[in-house]
Amino acid sequence: LEQKKHKTSIVEKRNEVLTSLRNFGLKIYEQLDSGYFPSITMPSRSTENIYYDPQLRQFILGNKEVRRSARNIRHLKPFTQLVWAAAFSHELTSQRKTSTLRDVYYSAQAYEMTFKDQQESNNIVTDLETVLGLSREDFNIFPEERSAVFGDLTIEYTVPGYEGRRLNLTSHPDGVLIGPALTSAEFVETTADKVIAIEKGGLFTRFIEENVHKKFNAILVLTAGQAPRATRHFIRRLNKELNLPVFIFTDGDPWGMHIAMVIISGSANAAHLRELNTPDAKWSGVWATDIVRYKLPTDPLDEVDKKRLLELQRDPRYKDPLWQREIKTFMKIGRKAEQEAFSRYGLTYIVDEYLPAKLEETK
Amino acid sequence: VAQTFEEISASDFFYRNRDIAGFTNPSRAIFAAIRELVENSLDAAESLRVPPDIYVRLSFEGEASKETQIYKLRVEDNGIGVPPRHIPSAFGQVLFGSKYKLKQQRGTFGLGGKMAILYGQITTHQPACIISSTGTTKIYMYKLMIDIQRNRPIIMDRKIFLNKEQWRGTIVEFSLEGDYLRAMTKILDYFKQTAMVNPYANLTFVDPKGRLYKFTRVTTEMPEPPRETLPHPYGVDVELLQRLIQVTPHNNMLEFLKKHFHRVGEITAQKFLEFAGISPSKNPKKLSHEEIVRLMHMLKRFREFLPPDASCLSPLGEELLKAGIMKELKPEFVAVHQRKPATYAGHPFIVEVGIAYGGEVPKKEGFVIYRFANRIPLLYDEASDVSVKVINSMNWRRYKVTPDMPIAIVVHICSTKVPYKTVGKEFIADRPEVRREIANGLREVARQIQHFLTRKEHVDRERKKLGFFSKYLPKIAQFSTQLAGKEKTPNVEKLLRSLRRFGAEEA
Repeated sequence: LEQKKHKTSIVEKRNEVLTSLRNFGLKIYEQLDSGYFPSITMPSRSTENIYYDPQLRQFILGNKEVRRSARNIRHLKPFTQLVWAAAFSHELTSQRKTSTLRDVYYSAQAYEMTFKDQQESNNIVTDLETVLGLSREDFNIFPEERSAVFGDLTIEYTVPGYEGRRLNLTSHPDGVLIGPALTSAEFVETTADKVIAIEKGGLFTRFIEENVHKKFNAILVLTAGQAPRATRHFIRRLNKELNLPVFIFTDGDPWGMHIAMVIISGSANAAHLRELNTPDAKWSGVWATDIVRYKLPTDPLDEVDKKRLLELQRDPRYKDPLWQREIKTFMKIGRKAEQEAFSRYGLTYIVDEYLPAKLEETK
Repeated sequence: VAQTFEEISASDFFYRNRDIAGFTNPSRAIFAAIRELVENSLDAAESLRVPPDIYVRLSFEGEASKETQIYKLRVEDNGIGVPPRHIPSAFGQVLFGSKYKLKQQRGTFGLGGKMAILYGQITTHQPACIISSTGTTKIYMYKLMIDIQRNRPIIMDRKIFLNKEQWRGTIVEFSLEGDYLRAMTKILDYFKQTAMVNPYANLTFVDPKGRLYKFTRVTTEMPEPPRETLPHPYGVDVELLQRLIQVTPHNNMLEFLKKHFHRVGEITAQKFLEFAGISPSKNPKKLSHEEIVRLMHMLKRFREFLPPDASCLSPLGEELLKAGIMKELKPEFVAVHQRKPATYAGHPFIVEVGIAYGGEVPKKEGFVIYRFANRIPLLYDEASDVSVKVINSMNWRRYKVTPDMPIAIVVHICSTKVPYKTVGKEFIADRPEVRREIANGLREVARQIQHFLTRKEHVDRERKKLGFFSKYLPKIAQFSTQLAGKEKTPNVEKLLRSLRRFGAEEA
């Protein structure tokens, strides 16, 4: 591992973020100072401007731009909120403090910048991401955390008070929360040769208990449902910086499928951002064909499931034959199965039989 | 079995049927008494074309029963005064004198204050005191009671004073039983609304608690007084025809028609008699009862009578109506409109309407509606009134008017015969001609308030816009200065000024 390179990357990233924010402020300052109503342009995030880029294997924004001007009465408030959010983020980042979307919503009130609701303040943060081309985690605004990681990876913190402190991610049997501190930590060393991402907490714990990390030489990541962006970014770093292949295990239904897909190809909501997805990650199960092959106990697909399958069938991210085959199989059998369904064959069956088979199959 | 028939006098009749005249209960009675006397006083001053000065005092005399009290009512005016020889009859004899001519007048029954005095006497057994002068060297004072059975005044006392100060007017003072507390709201409404349609009058009211309510005139301009007019052929009934026949000096039908009817000349009279198959030389006094009934029907059926003219009407006029509304409501905006004269069933009438926004317009659910007939307020049975029906059936949103706005609507109808629906005379009947006039009038003022509301909306929007920019631009300056790491905050005053000059355009 080239430690130095990584260390620099974190510091560089912070400087880059601070510079971007300052430049944004400067642009507005100069317009005001020359007696103009300040305005900015940024890529449009409307659905007509979201395209799937097959090369990047993720959604991207097209060339359409929107102009936000302080001269326009309808733009005025969001514009002010945007400048405030930038100033707030700058303060957070330079003081190396973190905050959540909920904090942003409340902090605004201290500046008489009350947001109508959480949604409005979230939108402003997304605007700031779009203007700067950075994700909010870069300027220290994190969502509520629920995902975790476990495995033989040593990291080194960069957050104030913990700088230089190291931690091996096997230290805690419940796993380590993927929060701001871990997100900004450097990777020091690992013996693992793969990453296994798991949708559900129950199975994540089972894997730790069954020593999956040792048996399969793996770093285990709990996505806790749809993976938060910090977790997606973390998985990407494991893949890109440590060259570890990523295998994703979800429930055998359209929703589980899509959890895997968002890790692989990103979401339309994050089309303005890069480096959140891991194009080479693999969805290892539970496939529809696994339900058939392993004779798993199932539930019938309901109407919402069926509708979702039809949507996914048309989605450009699903054009690969494997995905199409699985969608068709789901439709054909009309059933779905959860990861826990393997317990029918005993608690360790999934680790002893299913996991090695699938890791081999999706290698 | 022998049946006894007894003739009753007019006083007796009204005594037995006092509900008709509005003396239904103690609270209604005190309201009706004040109202009758105030309206007499207004008429007395207007007939001289003098701006009325009216002073009303109601004072507590004692308890009468659990709910009612004895009050003394005193009403003073600066009107024409009553000649001394007429005073006893004018105040002590019901239905004194008769009218064969028509003009717009206030008094609801032609009873004036007599019913009030009668009511006072019935409830307190006290004489009424009348003081009056026509501006001569003498002032006359009478203490009167009414002999109810015989409908005759009884003069209890009579005094004559020297009129050193050339005072002219009438003072009426008498006691009556009533319930002021329950009547108070209506009485105060009555004064306020009377002041609204009589902006040239000074009204003063001192209530039993000694509270003073003063409504001061804002103008000395007064409306043209109504001229007396003959009845229009479409509006006559058998009773009126019989009375005319009794008094006419003419002994042929042609002259009879020409002299006693409104807008009937030589040619019209000839054409009508031909139409009705009546000989022009027939003596009207020789008409049989059947012939009179037939004459009335023919008069109503003949299509060629000219419509009545409105000279017998005395509307308030747009200027005065506006002044009255401004004075009592102090609104942000007011629009008034007077319709051209119209007729229903041979009776001329004029509708005047006004609409007011904001200011002291009382806030309540829906519009505040002020109804007037011949310049007197109508305070009861609002829901049944034709104006209310017209107002409720209009699509106000079309005029940008919404029920939550502080809006008052004034409807005044004046006529020689106001189309009241019931004997209570508190609301106007839904006659198509009247409804149409009110609706057209309201549409006109609605259009005017629409202009006002549109402009107001624009101004409000501009003001709000500017407020918005004044709030946010300095914040943008502050945050961007902080973000850029600069010392000096850019001055946004110039940008705000540019908005003030050109209005904020949408970028």
